[in-house]
Amino acid sequence: MNRWLATALCLLLVGLSGGMARAADSAPACRVLTGARVHLPSGPVDDAVVVIVGDRIAAAGTAINGLELSTTNPASAQFQGHTCSQEDRSDWLITAGLIETRSNVGLVEVGAEDRSRDQNWEDGPANRAALAVADSYNARSSQIPIARLGGLTSVLAIPRGGLISGQGAAVDLAGAGQHDSILIDNVALYANLAHGSSRAASILLLHQALNDARFFTANKRAFDEGRTRPLSADPAALAAISEVVNRSIPLVVRANRAADIEALLRLAKEQKIRLVVNGGAEAWLLADQLAAAGVAVILDPMVFGPGSFDQIEARPDNAALLHRAGVDIIISGGARYFPLGLRYLAGDAVRSGLDYEAALAAVTSTPAKVFGLPGRGQIEAGAVANLVAWSSDPFELSSRPLEILVRGRTVSLNNRRTELRERYRRLPGSPVPPPPLPTP
Amino acid sequence: MTKVHPAALAAPAQILLVVVAAMLAWTAPQAATAAPVADGDASGAEEEPSPLPSLQQAEERGLRPLEDSPDIEYRLVVLDGATILTAAGKTFAPGYIVLDGGRIKSLGEGRAPTIEGAHVLDTTGMFITPGLIDTHSHLGVYAAPGSRAHGDGNEATAPTTAGVWAEHSFNPQDPGIQRAVAGGVTTIQVLPGSANLVGGRGVVLQMVPHRGSRAMRYPGAPETLKMACGENPKRVYGSRSSAPSTRMGNLRATRTAFLKAERYLAKLKKHEDKATRKGPTTKRRRDRDRDRDEEHGPERDLDLESLVGVLRGEVLPQVHCYRADDMLSMLQLSDEFGFHIRSFHHATDAYKIRDILAERQVAASTWADSWTFKLEAYDAIPETPALLAEAGGLPVIHSDSAISIQRLNQEAAKAWYAGLHAGIEVSRDEALSWITLNPAWVLGIDHDTGSLETGKRGDLVVWDADPFSVYSSARWVFIEGVLRYDSKNTSTWSDFELGQGGQP
Repeated sequence: MNRWLATALCLLLVGLSGGMARAADSAPACRVLTGARVHLPSGPVDDAVVVIVGDRIAAAGTAINGLELSTTNPASAQFQGHTCSQEDRSDWLITAGLIETRSNVGLVEVGAEDRSRDQNWEDGPANRAALAVADSYNARSSQIPIARLGGLTSVLAIPRGGLISGQGAAVDLAGAGQHDSILIDNVALYANLAHGSSRAASILLLHQALNDARFFTANKRAFDEGRTRPLSADPAALAAISEVVNRSIPLVVRANRAADIEALLRLAKEQKIRLVVNGGAEAWLLADQLAAAGVAVILDPMVFGPGSFDQIEARPDNAALLHRAGVDIIISGGARYFPLGLRYLAGDAVRSGLDYEAALAAVTSTPAKVFGLPGRGQIEAGAVANLVAWSSDPFELSSRPLEILVRGRTVSLNNRRTELRERYRRLPGSPVPPPPLPTP
Repeated sequence: MTKVHPAALAAPAQILLVVVAAMLAWTAPQAATAAPVADGDASGAEEEPSPLPSLQQAEERGLRPLEDSPDIEYRLVVLDGATILTAAGKTFAPGYIVLDGGRIKSLGEGRAPTIEGAHVLDTTGMFITPGLIDTHSHLGVYAAPGSRAHGDGNEATAPTTAGVWAEHSFNPQDPGIQRAVAGGVTTIQVLPGSANLVGGRGVVLQMVPHRGSRAMRYPGAPETLKMACGENPKRVYGSRSSAPSTRMGNLRATRTAFLKAERYLAKLKKHEDKATRKGPTTKRRRDRDRDRDEEHGPERDLDLESLVGVLRGEVLPQVHCYRADDMLSMLQLSDEFGFHIRSFHHATDAYKIRDILAERQVAASTWADSWTFKLEAYDAIPETPALLAEAGGLPVIHSDSAISIQRLNQEAAKAWYAGLHAGIEVSRDEALSWITLNPAWVLGIDHDTGSLETGKRGDLVVWDADPFSVYSSARWVFIEGVLRYDSKNTSTWSDFELGQGGQP
């Protein structure tokens, strides 16, 4: 075919599809997925229906009011005035999109390269509470479509380092920029108990920061007028910490040792703050106390054995024991280098005795609840359509995502790695053949 | 052949002896693979100084080994009823295995025959695979708990330290050893780290508790040498403003080391020629030093001895490289000096040069899914093992981690399914070989372990479910026919773990 003609055709098609996209903007697209096994808040339901209108789940379940399926025309199902495409998905298994709560996606492109790294204010002060990683979140990172292939639709991009690391951001793994990705730009404040040479000093400094934030909030005018005692941090940091003091956001503290978790429970009680334990390798030793205090634990089920002095009593059924005691558990892989692995970690926890639905909740609804992510983590009417359709059990090594929706939009399953694979699919020879000579 | 002191022939010293034998099997480039296994063949050795001396000299002086091998009671055990995945092309569902004298006496389809006096384990509904083998572990050289005192993996004081041996850093009290066995691992290669271009000798260990690493050596396994290219050496030394600081600096330093080794080897050969020549020595020597070298051999040099072992094809090079172009540079270097790289390690770009790796039979020890922690790992793809297998290459899944060594079966499954999902058809048996038979080949012990076949060692794992499932755990692990792990009896091996935790 004449190349120019082909190009013109392509341009025409692009224009047409653009026009269709605009038309869709005015009347939200409606999809009715039928026949799949769907994990609802009440548990898995076979042969269920999920109705998606725009970026929301309009309905999900077996009997849906106002839905008229069509037996003849799959493009003409009706739901509350919407004309919907009706899609038979009887071989699918649908869950809410997974949520990784300790991610550096969008903050770090290549771990060892400081110019591509924005997670840790490496030369900053011990108290970096004013820092918000949302300001450096890169929604165009090549890592995002790769992370999605692990079934992740949202992550908490979190700061690291220092005593108080800064504020984490909750993001949906969609979009071309911060504006259409970031859900909450101060979802929690992060801290490390093992900062410096003394854990007791860390507890002391955390108390001081919280007390000063409380004082600052109550005496703002006096502070501005210079009529107060000196405070331990600048106003921006104290304002950020006051969000913890007034319980708007949790303080997420990295701690693995049982003794450290005990100290943090005392601090949280005294300061009346919402605490989340990040790590918790020995948390099973304090399961009842954590449950009574309503403190959630973010853990990695594969971190067991005395890998460090902080986790000498770590054990593989940590998640199961905590769940049995009534603790909110969140399963997390932490570092991003195995992002595809979050779902397998949930499977590892099941292998070590955790109930299946609890493991699924630990990567979907529990993180959404603990961190207040609106409409995420559950398949129910009104929720945001962050969904993954799996070929089979998502915790199994044999399954894969077939379709991923973020904010109601089907996202690409392609990424840098699939493109590399295709480039090198045929060998030997140069992976980059020369272009054809231009036609005169 | 060499002199071996009669003391070394005593049964407890057999491990040492076969190491010596392996080290002296020089003639064929692949001789290491064919090293005799614990049979004491070297007893007829002629009197001749070893050109590649090592710690066996103490034995030659008649000293007893410091750590005797314990008396192992080999039981007659029958495993009956499991699905048996052999990594040798066959699957028996159900099948049986008979272990006797530490080896697989027989195996087959259907129910086991009745054997008088045998201990029979009912494995109905379970799965049996060969024991898993990890070609890349730092267990023991970075023992848990992670601490400054346990940082024994990198002799980062000079860019080439071929004369250091991982077995001298290995701490047998590492709690990670037993946890790896709980994950089905029966043999590991412990390697020095990758700070150095030539990091030192690796050591192949069977995962049996002992007081020292020498007694854990896998009998008959050849010596190995860790080498590295790319970012790590140039970063470590470049940051000290010393060489190497670039990739070309890496290559120059490695080539320089091998040029030196070539000269050393030439001296050794002259000495050997003289020693084997009949009749009196020629008296027309002009160079007294050369004369002395020929008479007694050149002055011993531990670094050069390791490199000479590589040049002679008896020490298997294990080369840490990520980028395709780095691996090609190292292949050129190996061509220049005439040695064979046994395996690249990490090798995240191996898929880009899989035709070349397959043609040269260079294995690639890699991960199922780990990437972008540094720039040279930025192009890793999860289909690498499947693509290599499809091209006729030798993929291996390694751990390089005290955590993922506990679930190598899952890593292999991930890589297998990644290939299948991309349309790369690889059999389950082939995928199993990525953590069994292929790593055995990389370590030169594939004639002895790595698959379930009559006559091979009784290194095997009984899984409570399909080992390619995330829900599968090892129920029993046998090493040389001896039960070493029972998921219902997990008292600790490590001294470190005794007396820990609250004792009210």
